[in-house]
Amino acid sequence: MGKESKYQSVIGLETHVELDTETKMFCGCKLSFGDEKNTHTCPVCLGHPGSLPVTNKKAVEYAAKIALALNCRINKYTIFHRKNYFYPDMPKNYQISQYDIPLGVKGHLDIDMGSYTRRVGITRVHMEEDTGKLLHTGSTGRISESEASIVDFNRAGTPLIEVVSEPDMRSPEEAREYMIVLRNLILFLEVSDCSMEEGSLRCDANVSVNVKGAKKIGTKTEIKNLNSFKFLQRGLEYEVKRQVEILESKGRVIQQTRHYDSKTGTTKTLRSKEEAHDYRYFPEPDLVPICVEEKMIEEIRKTIPELPSEKARRFEEEYGLPRGDCIFLANSKEMAGYFEESCRYYDDAKNIANWIMGDFSALMNKDKITTIKESRVTPENLCKMLKIVDKGQISSKMAKSVFEEMFTTGKDPENIIESRGLEQISDKGLLESVIDEVIGENPGPVEQLRGGKEKALSFLVGKVMAKTKGKANPQLAVEIIRKKIG
Amino acid sequence: METYYLTAHQLRDKLKKKEISCSEITKSSYRRIEEVEDKVNSFIRLEKESALLKAKEVDALIASGGSVEDLTGIPVAVKDNICTKNITTTCASKILKNYVPVYNASVIEKLESRNYILLGKSNMDEFAMGSSSENSHFGPVRNPWDVNRVPGGSSGGPAAAVAAGEAICALGSDTGGSIRQPASLCGIVGLKPTYGMVSRYGLVAFASSLDQIGPLARDVEDCALMLNVICGHDENDSTSINKEIPDYRSFLKPDIKDLKIGVPSELMVEGIDGEVKEKILKVISMAEDMGAEVEEISIPSLKHALSVYYIIAPSEASSNLSRFDGVRYGYRNTEARTLRKMYRKSRAEGFGDEVKRRIMIGTYCLSAGYYDEYYEKARRVRTLIINDFKKAFSKFDVLLSPTSPTTAFKIGEKTEDPLTMYLSDICTIPVNLAGLPAISIPAGLSKDGLPIGVQVIGNVLREDNILRVAYSLEKAIGFNDRPGL
Repeated sequence: MGKESKYQSVIGLETHVELDTETKMFCGCKLSFGDEKNTHTCPVCLGHPGSLPVTNKKAVEYAAKIALALNCRINKYTIFHRKNYFYPDMPKNYQISQYDIPLGVKGHLDIDMGSYTRRVGITRVHMEEDTGKLLHTGSTGRISESEASIVDFNRAGTPLIEVVSEPDMRSPEEAREYMIVLRNLILFLEVSDCSMEEGSLRCDANVSVNVKGAKKIGTKTEIKNLNSFKFLQRGLEYEVKRQVEILESKGRVIQQTRHYDSKTGTTKTLRSKEEAHDYRYFPEPDLVPICVEEKMIEEIRKTIPELPSEKARRFEEEYGLPRGDCIFLANSKEMAGYFEESCRYYDDAKNIANWIMGDFSALMNKDKITTIKESRVTPENLCKMLKIVDKGQISSKMAKSVFEEMFTTGKDPENIIESRGLEQISDKGLLESVIDEVIGENPGPVEQLRGGKEKALSFLVGKVMAKTKGKANPQLAVEIIRKKIG
Repeated sequence: METYYLTAHQLRDKLKKKEISCSEITKSSYRRIEEVEDKVNSFIRLEKESALLKAKEVDALIASGGSVEDLTGIPVAVKDNICTKNITTTCASKILKNYVPVYNASVIEKLESRNYILLGKSNMDEFAMGSSSENSHFGPVRNPWDVNRVPGGSSGGPAAAVAAGEAICALGSDTGGSIRQPASLCGIVGLKPTYGMVSRYGLVAFASSLDQIGPLARDVEDCALMLNVICGHDENDSTSINKEIPDYRSFLKPDIKDLKIGVPSELMVEGIDGEVKEKILKVISMAEDMGAEVEEISIPSLKHALSVYYIIAPSEASSNLSRFDGVRYGYRNTEARTLRKMYRKSRAEGFGDEVKRRIMIGTYCLSAGYYDEYYEKARRVRTLIINDFKKAFSKFDVLLSPTSPTTAFKIGEKTEDPLTMYLSDICTIPVNLAGLPAISIPAGLSKDGLPIGVQVIGNVLREDNILRVAYSLEKAIGFNDRPGL
C-alpha cells in the first residue's frame, strides 16, 4: 500500500468566469479580446477622479443564471463591497466585488465519477470586475528582467463571477472533473465562452490532506495559476504529494499561497499567511443595493436551458442508450443537439452515438475542432451515409473512408460514392458472370473448396473483389460461389 | 458700469432687457478679480481668455434671438474638485497639480447647456478635507471680511469669491459642512441639497456617501435658480434620485405662518460662541414674529455625529484616494526604482498632512480586527441619527441652528490642533450623515464685523421648506453689508 492511500485530500475550488456581456460591469465600454491596447477604456474603467460605477443589469442576470443553474439560493437583497489593495493593473486600487451578501449561496453541483457521484457544495456565487493586464517589456516578459511595464486596461472592468465550492472534493481527479462539469454547465447557459486559454475561465484551489478517518482536516494551502484542466490535476497531485511527504516526516504544513509552475510541475511559495493582504472590505458607497425580485428570478429561470445532467437522464430514457454514452453526448450543447437532430433522420440511435463517439470524435480531435458544429458533416449527411450502409450499398469498411471525405470536404455521401465509383455490386446477374470467370480461371482452389478447405473460399472472394475493384458485395459473392460450387 | 456685486437673477433681467451685455458682465467680474484676488487667493486657475470668448458668443446668441435663461451669461466660479474637460482639476493637491480631466462633470454639462461663463477653478482645502481652506497646495484662501482670518472650508475659495464680488455665484461641494460653513463665515448663502439630488458624477470623491454638490450665492433666490439648473436624475450616478424636480423659485415666498420650527438643543449649547447664540436667538424671535411656531427639541444622538463622521468620512476617503498612485495620471516620483517605492514616494510627496492623516485614520478603521469596532459601529449610530431626524421631522417642518459655532478664526489659529478644527463642523455634520438638505444664510455681523450664519435644515427632499424659511428670514434680517476689501 502506498503512503498516499493512508491519507485523503480535501479540495475546494474558486473559479472565476468572465461573462460574455456586450459591455463592461460598471461602464459602457465594449468587451474585447486581443484588440489594440487601451482602446476600450473610459474615465470609469480607468479609475479617473470623479467617475462613478453603474451596474450592468445584463451581467447581474447572467450571474443569477449561473447561480440558479448551480442550485443556489438567490439573495433578494445583494450588495457590492470594495476590496482594497494596490496593484498597477487595478485602476482604482480597489476592486468592486461582493463580500458578505453575495448574489447566490448554498448550491451544489453533482460530478459523475463513473462508479460514483460526488455532490460538491457551492458556497457562493458572487459578482465582481476584472483587472487590466500587465505586460512587461523585454524578451523574457518577466517583471524582474524588464525595463518597463505597461498596463492594458481593455480587460479592466470585465464582468466576472466567482464560484466558490465547499471543500468537498477528495482527489485531484474529482477536482478536474468538477471543473469540466462546471465549464460545460456554463457553456450551456451561453453566458461565457469559458476559454481557459484566453483566461475567461480561471481557477485557484485550496487543498489539505489528513489521515483518513481523522476528525480534523489538515492545514490548507492555496494554489494559484492552475490554468488548464491538466495543470489543475497535476498541480494538485504534486501538492498532495508534497503535503503527504511533510506529514510522513512528522513536519507541519504551513498555511500559505503557492504558485504552480507548469514547466516544472511543482508548486512554490508565493506568500505566507502573515503576508496575506488585509483587503479592508466595506460596502461600496457609490452603488445602491440590488433587489432581485421573485419575478425576476422566475424570468431568469425560464431562460435556463435543459442542463447536461437532465439531458443525459432524458437520453437514457428516450433513446435507451447506455449511461456512459448519454453523459458523453450531453456534455456539450452542440454535441447533444447534433445527436438529437440526427435521430430525426435515422432510427438507430445507438448507431448514431457510436459514429459520433468513434470516428467522428477521432477526426475532430485530429483536426483540433472543438465543437461538432464546426465540422462540415451535417446530421442529414451522416444519416444518409448510415442508411446507405444499412442497405448494403457500401461496406462498413468503405463507410469509414467515405466519412473521412465527408469530414474533410463536407460533400454529400452519395456524391462521394458516385464520383469514386464505390457502390457495391449487388446485382446478381453481373456478379454471376464475374464469378463464372473466376471459377474458370482458378480450377485448383475450386477443387480445394469442394474438398472442404474453407481457406480457398476467401481466395476466390478475393479474386472476385480484384476483378470488380473492390465493389462486389462480399456476402453476395460468397453466397453465389457456394451455390455454384456446392 | 460695474456689475460684479449684482445677483444672477438681477443680471438675467438686465440681459433680457438688453440693458447690458454678457461681455460687460464678465469683464466687470474680471476687473474685480484683478483688484482683490491678491488679497483673497480664492482661485487656483482663471479662465479669462476662454470666458471672454464665451461671453462674446453668448452676446451673439442673444443678439440673434437666443433665449436668456437662468445662468445664461453669468460668471460662475467652480470648486476645483469638480471635473472640467480640458481644464485642470487639482483638488488643491500637488498630486493632481497637472491633472486635466477628459470629461465634464454632469453639473458642468448642465451649466454649459445654459451657456454659463466659467470664471475659473476655485481654491479649497486639499481634496475638500478641512474647515479653513488653509490645506491647499496653492496657498490658503483669505476671508474678504478680514484677510487675516480664514474663509472657512473646504469650499473657502467659492465662498470668498462670491463674498468679495469676484464671482456672481459658485459651485461648491459639501461633505460635512463644506458649503454652509464657509458661506456662514463669508456672509453669503450656501445650500447643500438632499443627498442624491445633484449628480456626483465628475465630483472628485472625498466621502461618497456624504458628498453633495451645491450652490453658493449672495441671496436665496440665486441659490434656488442654481438648484433648478443642477438638480436632476443622472444615469451615470447610481445614487442619484429619480424624481421630478419642482421649480425651486416657486417656494420663495415671505410667508412662514404656522410653520413648525424645531431648535435642536444639542446644536445650541456646547462650544457655541455667545455672540453667535445671541444672533440665532434673535433670528428665532423674528421667525416667531412672522407667525412660525418655534420650539426646542432634543436629539440626543447628535452628540455622536462628529465621532461617527470622523470614522465614516476618512474610511471612505482612504479607499477613494487610493487611485492617486502615480501610475496613470497625476504626480509621480520618478526616482523610485521599485513599484512599492514609487507608490510610497508619489503619495508621500503628493498628499498634504491633513489628507494623509485622514487616509491613515480611515485605513485603520477599516482594517481587520477594527472594522466592527469602528466602521460598523459608526454605521449603526448613523442609522440612529437618521431615525432621530425622521422623528424630529414628524413634528417639525424645519430645524434651525447656528451654521458654525464661531465666526471666522485667524489663519493658523487651529492648524496645529486638528480636533479643535474638526469642531467647526459640529452643527453641519449631522445633516450630511442623514442626507438632508440644509441652507446657511447670513444672520448679521458680530461686534468685530464678522458674519454669523444661521442654518435651516429640512427633511429629505424638502428643499421647498428650507427655501421658504430662508427666503422669509433673509427678507426679515435684511443683511446687505459688504466686506470692506
